[in-house]
Amino acid sequence: MKGILIDVSKCIGCGACREACRVQNNLPESNDTDLSARTYTVVKTTGEVNYRRLCMHCLDPTCASVCPVGAFRKTAAGPVIYAAERCMGCRYCMVACPFGVPRYEWDKPLPLVRKCTMCSDRVLAGGVTACSEACPTAATLFGDRDTLIKEARARIAAEPGKYVDRIYGVEEAGGAAVLYISPVPFEKLGLPDSVGKEPLPLLTYAVARS
Amino acid sequence: MNGATRIWPRVTFWKVVFLAVVLAGSYATAVRFLRGLGASTALSDQFPWGLWIGFDVLCGVGLAAGGFAITATVYLFHLERFRPIVRPTVLTAYLGYLLVCTALLYDLGRPYRIWHAIIMWNPHSVMFEVAWCVMLYSAVLTAEFLPVVLERIGWTRPAELIKKFSVPLVLLGVILSTLHQSSLGSLFLIMPAKLHPLWYSPLLPVLFFLSAIGAGLGMVIFESFLSWRAFRKRLEFDLLEDIARTAAVVLACYLVLRFEAIAARGALRHLIMPQAETYYFWMEVALGGLAPMLLFGIPRTRRNPQGMFLAAVLAVLGFVTNRLNVSITGLAASSGVNYFPKWTEITVTLMLVAMGFAAFALAVRFLPIYGPVTHASPHAAPPERQRRLHAEQIAAGD
Repeated sequence: MKGILIDVSKCIGCGACREACRVQNNLPESNDTDLSARTYTVVKTTGEVNYRRLCMHCLDPTCASVCPVGAFRKTAAGPVIYAAERCMGCRYCMVACPFGVPRYEWDKPLPLVRKCTMCSDRVLAGGVTACSEACPTAATLFGDRDTLIKEARARIAAEPGKYVDRIYGVEEAGGAAVLYISPVPFEKLGLPDSVGKEPLPLLTYAVARS
Repeated sequence: MNGATRIWPRVTFWKVVFLAVVLAGSYATAVRFLRGLGASTALSDQFPWGLWIGFDVLCGVGLAAGGFAITATVYLFHLERFRPIVRPTVLTAYLGYLLVCTALLYDLGRPYRIWHAIIMWNPHSVMFEVAWCVMLYSAVLTAEFLPVVLERIGWTRPAELIKKFSVPLVLLGVILSTLHQSSLGSLFLIMPAKLHPLWYSPLLPVLFFLSAIGAGLGMVIFESFLSWRAFRKRLEFDLLEDIARTAAVVLACYLVLRFEAIAARGALRHLIMPQAETYYFWMEVALGGLAPMLLFGIPRTRRNPQGMFLAAVLAVLGFVTNRLNVSITGLAASSGVNYFPKWTEITVTLMLVAMGFAAFALAVRFLPIYGPVTHASPHAAPPERQRRLHAEQIAAGD
């Protein structure tokens, strides 16, 4: 399975990923400072560090488990994709997502949910995501998730004290395709510890089954 | 005939209020469907569910709990004494579900796809379960209520035919309603980190079910009083007293479980923390839970019509506060935004509620809701009748 590794220490905040994402997904230009229906990835700053936010592409996605019409699906290649033609707009995915990722087209009379697609067209065709291609410092790396985890471990080990000794996304909410390593605590990047290690869908499978 | 000579209906205060609410609501409806959810709600990416889900849907479904409790009492447990209030409670349940269905059409981003859940299945989703419960129980309530309409237009044969299926229908209604009440609670199980610990609990499905029954019984009492005041319908006071006693027990069970749930989450310290959530919690639990439980439970207040009416109002309001707390108050802190419904959300809600009241009034006027009752004649039980008359006198302030 493919994944994305984001090395927060390498991000210079240039915004090339955001622009590449915009072009790739035919999105309008925007000044939105957070994820929005027309901004699938943003570059933020906290203190001295810059970091990206985007969909985590969970291994056991909460959005896919809660959607009543099965509009979200985890592909074997990694991306969590959205079948817009199924969506009736209940917005349970938005309420349920532990990372607060899905966005809604509030200003449209017939809105849809919007989020990062992990360039599923390109990835399913064997390519890489537009954002990782555009990143000038390799702060965003695309590759096999297992390889990326090894790479992340190697980076943390190579420079002791530089990074927080943890790869965010390996286990969080049951694991994600998007991984972070960072010199500052992950809470500061809006990546909460409170999501736990268990996939959230387990919380309702038990009920739905009984 | 008075009605035949009068062309214009009499203007009353409530009719003017009704008209104003419907006008404002219609304008808000136009804004909603022409300009979308962004223009018509205070919802945002940080706060995607608001008043329409918290009140119209969660509370509309709760209203119906009285319907299945009373139909089960009569048809499954054969407590025939309660038959006179079956129809008004089924009517309330039906209106509650109509409120839910209509509100869903407002709240869904693409309401014309509401049928998608029928063919696009995701059985893992609690929302999928909710969608099916809404559809099936609405159908069941239609079938339960249809004989009343058929009787009125003289189609007695089909009415009798449907009545033959009363027991399976009621059984189906009990199952679906139980599932539905609890699955609405299950909706919130997926957000342990987002929902405030005073409301999040693995017991949410059970708590939603129990509180709906408590409020549903409160609603039966509430509407009986209103019907008695507004339409001079007979007040089945002795029945209401039994219902009040049951409601006291249900509320007591609910409250015990509620505090146990908070203790199990290790959140007892939140009960005395000076923050907004704590105040809302106590408003909900003390005024809307403990107070009606005591008023229903103590014989002196239960036998007093004013006391009973007050308790019923508190129970219903407490239930509404609970649903709003779970869906709005409890999610405010984690969302980082302060959601307060826009005027459009409020007027649409008021309009739907007003239409519910109006539909109830019209149904009582034109349909055989309060009789002719086939099983209990008013002369059959003299002591009961005397007590009822006595209650009417008390309630009238004599």
